[in-house]
Amino acid sequence: MEIAVEIIRAENVYKSFDSKVHALCGCSLSVQKGEVVAIIGPSGSGKSTLLRCMNLLEIPTSGKILFEGTELTQKHVKIDAYRQRMGMVFQHFNLFPHKTVLENIMLAPVQLKRKTKAQAREAAMQLLDRIGLADKADTYPNMLSGGQKQRIAIVRALAMEPEAMLFDEPTSALDPEMVGEVLDLMRSLAAEGMTMVVVTHEMGFAREVADRVIFMDEGRILEENRPEELFDHPQHPRTQLFLSKVL
Amino acid sequence: MDWNPFEGMSPSNFFNFSFLPKYLSFFVQGVEYTLLLSVVSVALAILPALLLALMRLSKWKPLKWVSGAYIAVFRSTPLMVQLYIIYYGLFSLIKVPTYTIFGFIDISRFIPGVVVLALNSSAYVAEIIRAGILAVDAGQMEAARSLGLSKGTSMMLVVLPQAIKNILPALANELVTMVKESSICSVLGMAELMWGAKTVANTTYKTLSPYVLAALVYFLINFPASKAIEAIERRMRRGDRR
Repeated sequence: MEIAVEIIRAENVYKSFDSKVHALCGCSLSVQKGEVVAIIGPSGSGKSTLLRCMNLLEIPTSGKILFEGTELTQKHVKIDAYRQRMGMVFQHFNLFPHKTVLENIMLAPVQLKRKTKAQAREAAMQLLDRIGLADKADTYPNMLSGGQKQRIAIVRALAMEPEAMLFDEPTSALDPEMVGEVLDLMRSLAAEGMTMVVVTHEMGFAREVADRVIFMDEGRILEENRPEELFDHPQHPRTQLFLSKVL
Repeated sequence: MDWNPFEGMSPSNFFNFSFLPKYLSFFVQGVEYTLLLSVVSVALAILPALLLALMRLSKWKPLKWVSGAYIAVFRSTPLMVQLYIIYYGLFSLIKVPTYTIFGFIDISRFIPGVVVLALNSSAYVAEIIRAGILAVDAGQMEAARSLGLSKGTSMMLVVLPQAIKNILPALANELVTMVKESSICSVLGMAELMWGAKTVANTTYKTLSPYVLAALVYFLINFPASKAIEAIERRMRRGDRR
């Protein structure tokens, strides 16, 4: 048994918008290196907000976010450096439409001087090979299907060689027949030991791939457990109600 | 009743361009002056406008206020008032030497004119750029930032290139507006199209037809230009399914 090393930690995070809408009400969460954590819950429960707080796309109103022990929520922390180490995948892909697939993947590694152009191109082509889209390298995102776009968005994040990946409902905007290809890629990432936090409505995926499942409602983490426990023996009545509706 | 209120409004007065052979140069040079004035002014306005737009979108309040105040002042006061204040204020301190370029453009008048039009236009172009930036999906900035790119790099490499598509047609329309608005510079003796028409009217005592001709010329520049911009806009939108 390996010793668990904490990589991301949220401590008592509150987030309110316009001081009226309370999206998060004291969430605490610890993610270990190599762990896959799935966050489930009804719409508006704050799961995306919690995920977006982890790389400070949302600034918590109060509470702390730590990455490998560094408190990101301190004012002087240069967040860009930490974002390079946490890839993020969005519901709507957010590929750059004015750049080719290859340019999308190469942009950050080259700009941030992680790699020379030639190295970045080689790495990008390897990543495209892996997802079987090498022939799309020079096409623009608008020519691709949703599933292809999302897989490219995933390898765009991987091109920065991050230590953790955040997924914000990565399959919610996809046609049903394209969900599988994206989940397959995520499954293979998990198998390689990538640390992943996945906000998802795919209960099957959460059950099969996640090491731990977190149930959220109304800005609070109500229950967290190993997937088989949480899905088969939910403790909190709200979890029971939610699962009875979605399973 | 032999008094006819519409006397002098007859087509023969409207379109009596008998002065043309003698005074053609006033109109030709007038058009050249007008076009040069407009193009240079809008071109000079772009960089300050980009700066104003970015300031207005900034999270830092003082920057936002300064830019907001500039835009409010220049959009809420008449161009002619701005022209007088800057010409008799600023340019009584800064003396531009009298020097003629292209044979008919006196820079001691042209430069103040360009400065005023550019200052005025930068307020409008700033709003055009701001709207163009805001029209780019917020997810683009988030995706760039989530890769670790700085705010500036994300703006320059990801957001602005996409915003340009929204900005260019509006900027071309601003140029059309400027061709018309620059006629105000005639009050300070800048030899653009309106000034040419006025001078011909004063010289020949034909008080109507020189202005009719000026209107025709303005129309023949601006109407095809607007139509061309519309057509280009339509084509760009069609290629925009991404």
